Amino acid sequence: MIGTNSQIDLPEPSPDLTRFRNRLSAGRLSFQRCDECHDAWLPPRDHCPHCLSPAFTWEDASGRARVVSWVVYHRAFHPAFADRVPYNVTVVELAEGPRLISNVVGISAADGLAIDTPLALAVETEGDVPVARFRLS
Amino acid sequence: MAHSMRGAAVIAGIGQTAHGKLPGRTPLSMTVEAVRSALRDAGVEKDAVDGVFCKYPTSTFASMYGQQVAEALGMRPRVGGVWDQGGATNISMISFAAMCIENGQCEVAIVTTADNPRTGTRQAYERAWGDDAAYGWFSTPAGYAMIAQRHMAQYGTTSEQLGAIAVACARHGAANPLAAKRTPLTLQDHQASEWVVEPLRRADCCLISDGGAAVVVMSARRAAELGVADPVPILGFGQGQESWEVALRPDLTTTAASASAQTAFTMAGVTPSDIRVAQLYDCFTITPLMILEDYGFCKKGQGGAFVENGNIEVGGQLPINTSGGLLAETGMPGMQLVIEGVRQVRGTSTSQVPGDGPCVVANQGGVMHTHSTLVLGR
Ligand SMILES: [Zn+2]
Repeated sequence: MIGTNSQIDLPEPSPDLTRFRNRLSAGRLSFQRCDECHDAWLPPRDHCPHCLSPAFTWEDASGRARVVSWVVYHRAFHPAFADRVPYNVTVVELAEGPRLISNVVGISAADGLAIDTPLALAVETEGDVPVARFRLS
Repeated sequence: MAHSMRGAAVIAGIGQTAHGKLPGRTPLSMTVEAVRSALRDAGVEKDAVDGVFCKYPTSTFASMYGQQVAEALGMRPRVGGVWDQGGATNISMISFAAMCIENGQCEVAIVTTADNPRTGTRQAYERAWGDDAAYGWFSTPAGYAMIAQRHMAQYGTTSEQLGAIAVACARHGAANPLAAKRTPLTLQDHQASEWVVEPLRRADCCLISDGGAAVVVMSARRAAELGVADPVPILGFGQGQESWEVALRPDLTTTAASASAQTAFTMAGVTPSDIRVAQLYDCFTITPLMILEDYGFCKKGQGGAFVENGNIEVGGQLPINTSGGLLAETGMPGMQLVIEGVRQVRGTSTSQVPGDGPCVVANQGGVMHTHSTLVLGR
């Protein structure tokens, strides 16, 4: 349970997302790379979105990333976030290429964020789900 | 050589309900009112209609909704159904209707939409983005804010420039007796408006409205045979689409509007400098700003400068959203912009732009996921 009184209902995870989360719980942010065309991607899925091959390998990311864009929530759209506003949601691009939705923690709102601001991985949990958050590096 | 479909189809009639808070009205009842009004405007009997295309309501999703509409209208169409491109649906369905007509699949089509998110539920716009809800990633405005922030950081676009769009739409809405919001807005009002998801303020977000709207589409030849009073030729149309995850777009500041306009402008045989007036989907103020760039009215990154100093208001270089748009006339997604485009070509807008050049209409859905373009003119 998080926030004031409400749990976030997340969709039932796919087998690939479960794999991603299990690795993240162990402190490893990972992504998938196609065995055929070598494209790398997130979020997890069971095929390569570039060449559609079902053959891929999990790789660990370095944890280095940069800011693509960000927003600051001033009202919560879910009770779980009511006591966190203002908080940022940030699109980050991993050094290895894949992008994900994340939060930059350890700052107030979005202070210090700009295009290409360097970031470092900070794994946290949200309820019982591991999340790949970032800090300024 | 001119495109074979340039001007082949027309919008023969337009119809709508009131806009705003309409308690007690169902989408079906509003559809019937709008269609009745559109048929009357066209001067066409219901029995002539053999195509019925609908956008589904977000407030009450129902499978096979097109058949519920057909039943409410007492029609058994040859062609029809429901398309889901969010706010891009209406122009896309008008295009599809025109192609069906051109190819003998039907002769007279109704394209219609009705919804009541104001008195019903607006949950469709506030929901979580799947697994990313764990990061607090919720709502439609946040998706647009993410794009707006990148545009601002990359090109120096300002909140005041977004405000210029809200001010223009409010001014045009105030002149329109049918608009749901008729109070003028100053740039100071805009800047005092609270953040929803920064960098978007409350005043950057469109209305949420109940209402219905419909148009009648047929061939220009058929309109002449039926003696339609004021048919408005469809000169061109086009579409463009992005895939699902906003975060995965290689360039957050370029949208499918570009491909959509290119197709439509080529069919119509026009360039941006030919366009007299534009109705640009304004779910959030960042949207028309980027459409202006992607349509080629200005260079990428210069949308902010383009919208300043009344340039997009009546009397400016390119007036937009002359009935108030989604920000002031009605939040109902898209069809009202088409209807205002028809009024501009007919010369019946409450903020009429002088001249005889074409009007371009932009519809857009999701978070700049889908786009459709319509060029209307004589
Ligand atoms: Zn591949």
